[in-house]
Amino acid sequence: MAECGFLDPFACGKLPLAEWMTAGLRWAVDNYRPFFQAVKAPVDSMLLSFTAALGAVPPMVVVLVVALVAWQIAGIRLALGLVAILLFVGFIGVWPETMLTLAIVLTSLIFSLALGIPLGIWASRSETLYAILRPLLDGMQTIPAFVYLVPVVMLFGIGNVPGVIVTVIFAVAPVIRLTYLGMKQVPGDVVEAMRAFGATESQLLWKAQLPLAMPTIMAGVNQTLMMSLSMVVIASMIAVGGLGQMVLRGIGRLDIGIATVGGVGIVALAIVLDRLTQALAKPRKKGEWLSKGPIGLVRSVAKTSRTDQAQQLPSSAIKN
Amino acid sequence: MTDAVIECRNVWKIFGENSKEAHSAVIERGLSKKEILEQYRCVVGVADVSFTVRQGEIFCIMGLSGSGKSTLVRHINRLVEPTAGVIRVANQDVNALEGPQLRQLRSQSVGMVFQNMALLPHRTVIDNVALSLELRGMSRADRHDVALEKLRLVSLDGWGDRYPDELSGGMKQRVGLARAMAADPEILLMDEPFSALDPLIRRQLQEQFLDLSKVLKKTTVFITHDLDEAIRLGTHIAIMKDGRFVQVGTAEQIVTEPVDDYVADFVKGISRLELVSAGKVMQPLAAGQTPAPSSPSVLASDKLSKLLQVAKEHDGVITVSDGKRPVGVVSRYDLLNAVSG
Repeated sequence: MAECGFLDPFACGKLPLAEWMTAGLRWAVDNYRPFFQAVKAPVDSMLLSFTAALGAVPPMVVVLVVALVAWQIAGIRLALGLVAILLFVGFIGVWPETMLTLAIVLTSLIFSLALGIPLGIWASRSETLYAILRPLLDGMQTIPAFVYLVPVVMLFGIGNVPGVIVTVIFAVAPVIRLTYLGMKQVPGDVVEAMRAFGATESQLLWKAQLPLAMPTIMAGVNQTLMMSLSMVVIASMIAVGGLGQMVLRGIGRLDIGIATVGGVGIVALAIVLDRLTQALAKPRKKGEWLSKGPIGLVRSVAKTSRTDQAQQLPSSAIKN
Repeated sequence: MTDAVIECRNVWKIFGENSKEAHSAVIERGLSKKEILEQYRCVVGVADVSFTVRQGEIFCIMGLSGSGKSTLVRHINRLVEPTAGVIRVANQDVNALEGPQLRQLRSQSVGMVFQNMALLPHRTVIDNVALSLELRGMSRADRHDVALEKLRLVSLDGWGDRYPDELSGGMKQRVGLARAMAADPEILLMDEPFSALDPLIRRQLQEQFLDLSKVLKKTTVFITHDLDEAIRLGTHIAIMKDGRFVQVGTAEQIVTEPVDDYVADFVKGISRLELVSAGKVMQPLAAGQTPAPSSPSVLASDKLSKLLQVAKEHDGVITVSDGKRPVGVVSRYDLLNAVSG
């Protein structure tokens, strides 16, 4: 075999990186487990309420709500399309799994946004923070997701809640990046004008920067959502239920049927969530949505009935 | 001078990390702009500028791009912090103001109009105009009342519910003007407001602005790179170059007595007909001398255009009087000399 020497220095020994990582993680588990367990609590309670709500509501109510929301923010065509997709998911028999996956994805989304949007805003104001954050984000997006399953399992255990946590780690990067980008793209002259008219920092943020960055931030939300969904199958390896579990079982048993059904469910959910968030990301003028969709319909009906009454009143008064 | 609304004394703005050191080096050793850049890696934006703007005046600062005029005007509402110097606005030292006082100055006393309008694209015209009132916490109904009135002032009534992207460039800048005036500020800062507009619209807006300032009498600092514009609008004009004021004076002084070749070069193409007065070009009468009684007479304050009118109808010399008695004469030769500059 190779001898230790100038030509093959690798034979002389190795850096024990793997051992270091193992020792480091063990140390973290031994000393900080209570902390990591405490982090689980809010995730757990939110996930439980989502699962309970989506499980308790009759399927057609969910379909109806999705349809109304889609009609409101995008139009009747998208609403009909999404209804067809959801009905299909129901009829292939994966409705409960789809709802569980939806609950997990929504919980991940909420935690990703709660973490990602403030971090993105902060990074846009502090170049130091962005310099620290950037390599971290690169790492989070390029390290294969399987790799951080191990530490997550050791620190948080297995099940749906660690599944949400691993999904947040995987999916939070785009919303941070795009929030940062959106904030940076706010025209400098608008910021200057706000300052020139006496805006405080928070007025500047809420009245100019956030509204102008919103389309870009929403693109980040969309990306984060899609990445959460793509994590569903991988996360099922640490005993996360739902559609991912079906796909994993299909792989394990070489059962093409169950894998297909699970996969189709994931695709259907992806389409629904993608179209809804993309419609939200379109820049829209204030008050425009009040005159459109179901809300616009209700308002116009209410208006005409009011004017009807107004017209009827004088005529009845004349009769009397 | 009690009526000085804006007063700048020895204002310096040096950009860069070592600006303080660079500034003391300039003061002690009189380094040039280039030497400061080489030795301290600092860029001089404004160099030792002093000026006073009085109540109701339109003070034009004219210079080419990079001359520091936009940087200078931003010191007045402290969008830019000076490296050295004193800026007093309405008897307050602007650099001594704390956060809330500074915001009050910006939202109530100083209105600003920007070259690229800088309207908020996600807000309607009326919400844009009402911005400074909103930032200061006025109720929606009240600020909309004020904003409507200001929109009427710039003849944009009826456009309040539109969005900025539905307006033409000239209309947007009128919104910008209305926004600057919404808080009824004492001072207007205009940073090349009409430069991005086409010549016809620019001319219209200049006239509209002149009419408005005759009525409202706002103290205005007006930045421009167009000498024609400066002459048309300015009570006083400052010519700026490389961060310094080269010359400050009335339009007539700038045109007839340029201090150096740089200014002379600028004023070469300017028509003198409406600027130069008869008093400037006449030959004063020697003591006891009287002009021919038949010659036509003009006032010393009449402009060259008036002299030309008179000269078209009369052949001989023209008498110039100060209103009571003749003080000088203008021959055809003098007149031609004056017109050609």
